[in-house]
Amino acid sequence: MGEISLKLNGKLETRDVADNTLLVDFIREHIGLTGTHVGCDTSQCGACVIHLDGVSVKACTMLAKQAEGSEIVTIEGLADGDELHPMQQAFHENHGLQCGFCTPGMVMSAIEMVTKNKNISEDEIRKGLEGNICRCTGYHNIVQSVKAGAAKMGG
Amino acid sequence: MNEVTKIDGIGSSVRRTEDKKFLTGKGRYTDDINRPGQVQAYFLRSDVAHAEIKSIDTKAAQSAPGVVGVFTGSDIAADKVGGPICGWVVPCRDGSSTKEPPHPLLAQGKVRFVGDAVAVVVAETMEQAKSAAELIDVDYNELTPVVDFVSADKGAQIHEEVPNNCYFDWELGDESATNKAIESAAKVVKLSVRNNRLVPNAMEPRSALAEYDSLDESYTLHTTSQNPHLTRLVLAAFMFAIPESKLRVIAPDVGGGFGSKIYVYIEEAVCVWASKKIGRPVKWTADRTQAFLTDCHGRDHVNDVQLALDENNKIIGLRVDTVCNLGAYLSAFSVVVPTILHGTLLSGQYDIPTIYTNVKGMATNTVNVDAYRGAGRPEATYLLERTMETAAKEVGMDPAEFRRINFIPKDAFPYQTQVALQYDIGDYEPHLDKAMEMIDYSNFEKRRAEAAKRGMYRGIGMSSYIEACGLAPSAVVGALGGRVGQWESASVRVNPTGTISVFTGSHSHGQGHATTFAQIVADKLGIPMENVEVIHGDTDKTPFGMGSYGSRSLASGGSAISKAVDKIINKSKKIAAHLLEASEDDIDFKDGKFVVGGTDKEKAFGEIALAAYVPHNYPLETLEPGLEENAFYDPTNFVFPSGTHIAEVEIDPATGVVEVVDWAACDDFGNLVNPMIVEGQVHGGIAQGIGQALLEDAHYDENGQLLTASYMDYCMPRADDLPSFKVGYTNTPCTHNDLGVKGCGEAGAIASPPALINAVIDALSPLGVTDMSMPATPQKVWKAIQESQSVAAE
Repeated sequence: MGEISLKLNGKLETRDVADNTLLVDFIREHIGLTGTHVGCDTSQCGACVIHLDGVSVKACTMLAKQAEGSEIVTIEGLADGDELHPMQQAFHENHGLQCGFCTPGMVMSAIEMVTKNKNISEDEIRKGLEGNICRCTGYHNIVQSVKAGAAKMGG
Repeated sequence: MNEVTKIDGIGSSVRRTEDKKFLTGKGRYTDDINRPGQVQAYFLRSDVAHAEIKSIDTKAAQSAPGVVGVFTGSDIAADKVGGPICGWVVPCRDGSSTKEPPHPLLAQGKVRFVGDAVAVVVAETMEQAKSAAELIDVDYNELTPVVDFVSADKGAQIHEEVPNNCYFDWELGDESATNKAIESAAKVVKLSVRNNRLVPNAMEPRSALAEYDSLDESYTLHTTSQNPHLTRLVLAAFMFAIPESKLRVIAPDVGGGFGSKIYVYIEEAVCVWASKKIGRPVKWTADRTQAFLTDCHGRDHVNDVQLALDENNKIIGLRVDTVCNLGAYLSAFSVVVPTILHGTLLSGQYDIPTIYTNVKGMATNTVNVDAYRGAGRPEATYLLERTMETAAKEVGMDPAEFRRINFIPKDAFPYQTQVALQYDIGDYEPHLDKAMEMIDYSNFEKRRAEAAKRGMYRGIGMSSYIEACGLAPSAVVGALGGRVGQWESASVRVNPTGTISVFTGSHSHGQGHATTFAQIVADKLGIPMENVEVIHGDTDKTPFGMGSYGSRSLASGGSAISKAVDKIINKSKKIAAHLLEASEDDIDFKDGKFVVGGTDKEKAFGEIALAAYVPHNYPLETLEPGLEENAFYDPTNFVFPSGTHIAEVEIDPATGVVEVVDWAACDDFGNLVNPMIVEGQVHGGIAQGIGQALLEDAHYDENGQLLTASYMDYCMPRADDLPSFKVGYTNTPCTHNDLGVKGCGEAGAIASPPALINAVIDALSPLGVTDMSMPATPQKVWKAIQESQSVAAE
């Protein structure tokens, strides 16, 4: 066990956790933010993607300890009160989600992708989403959403 | 109540009302829910496919840190808890019925597949439960595993009750007439196809959280279910022998189902049982490996097809002999999928004078096989549409023209097929024409030639599918062996201010019911959608209902809502007539207002609602106060969506990679309530079909070990495996439901695999390739190219 401190969605959080606690379990179980999902056990599905110091990371691939002192943003930290983040709004307007389980990871990945590449092409979006699996949408409307989100984010 | 401004009614692509919670991380899935004092369950699973259990020693595990209980099959047997049941059986050719071996919650004496649950460890944390499970010593006497289902009849017997490992041997149609047609045919096209085994892979793994309240001796179960009422019925009546009222089942947000969350699984039942035994809430959530090992798989057929043609290339008969793999135990709907949902679909869109089919359902030492998106109908469509394409090539006709001359003509509806179904309506040429236009079929050869210049093989392939969804009526379901009804329920409660609460027996796990169902109500009552709330998934709130699967939610559940709203309107008219001092017959209801015909006297819907709950001026002597109505709707027939999908592919001969370069889908779903949601359903279905055709394959080795039990080994479609899709519609409204709707959820998964494989074969046809099995992986395609070239060289 040991204490870790990090900033989560702008708030300083300090908890005692076991050394082998995964970051995703820290977020879900210790902090109680359950928007970050676990869809696999091989770091393939991307349902647990969060932003760690501005970089999208699969929260199941690192220990909570490794995030000591970092700034984390999860899906819960995107909207400004009732106002959705432009990428969240784009997913809503373009029917980019069905069951919603992969959605948090998709949105987090999409935001980082678009932040890095404002004029992102459809091909780049499809390649960029390789680490996020969706079983419902066939990706068609997710790709449309990311395109629209990129435009809203100033692409 | 808001003023009526704009009604987002039927036919409008309203953005989904359920989106916001999912987009902000506030979705509430079963694993997101925790209870004070909760403990975790972990299942020790068999690592061998077929064995007798000589002994299980749990002593060390019992005293491991954090452990609160370790239980095995003998504990379950001592409490006389039953196992999962089979919801549908069929008669066999020899006059016997389907063999139904018991399926204990935890193995008793024998394990029958890798993943079969042997013991459950309940501990303070999941980590402690897993560590303790490693201390359990199981002594197995290994038996020969039966893995290949085609030869399973010659393998070691898996269940005492199932001789030759054959659960059933079923037939449908006229064998002698069909054989005669084949004998007298100008041409018989023969084809053997395999429908590869798939893992449904809803992104949310299965999960259960059970709690027992000792005060009123009742249970609450949160679970990942497509049909919470059926789950409650099975658990209460068949497993625990308790009144339904003592068990509340809640299926909160559910992260996809695709069939795999229809059934009651042993883990849910064990959690319920253990919650009382231990006296604390018990939670279990599958990791993905467990999901691969224990979720019911789909498909897994081989089909031998004989299609008889006359001298004009008209079909005169069809015979299909099928063997299918049902796995280690009979799952709830495993029997109906390859029989009633497969054999009855064999006429497709074609006028076939005689059809016969025989289906053998085999037991193997693999996990259970049951419904997966399409459930039987993709298998029927695959074999038929592969055969149609092969036949067209063999007789030298364009595949579209060959289909066209064999279509059921539009004036032949209602059309009685030779395999039990009666199609109420359809018109097949328009969606064939439109799909061909959408993909620019007539210029395909130019594109093929252009691709060839780049060294690529380009191909085009189509499939014209029929689907039967919304199984009904219940009397027919019963006559066909079903042990459930197939109606749906709705309760529409008008609140005193005129807002509406709709309680539905359907369940949404991604389909957008909160939006679609609200549109129906808003449209019919002429009120804004935001005044309508849809409630589902909780047996304490919703009326008994059958849930969502088989593309039934709109046709059955939506129709039930429509009927309940009609009752609301009828009662409201009576109230309006009283308030307006007019005869009920003179009251018209339009745009949310009750108007006395030919006058300006009117009452808004909200005023009627208030009068019903504050009945100061109200016909109490003839009418009850309140405004709430139920409907239980039992459809008079299935609904029959149809369509044509056309795929265009390019194959790189250097790598064997198949790229899907274009896709046109033209479907007839009858009337559309929310075209945006329908389109999303089509996209998702096509993606799963492309997955089946190119990428996915559940593979067991000869020892019964699942080699594809992770996303590293089982190839799920990713965004860059797929194209964008062109989606279009034709419309012949369903004749027997008020909304004129059919189902759209499974169409894409049904239509797409044969279209794609037909396109792959077409691309390679210049090399002499005439067949390709699913999935058409780069290795397989590359090999086919190499072999054709070596044949050419000889």
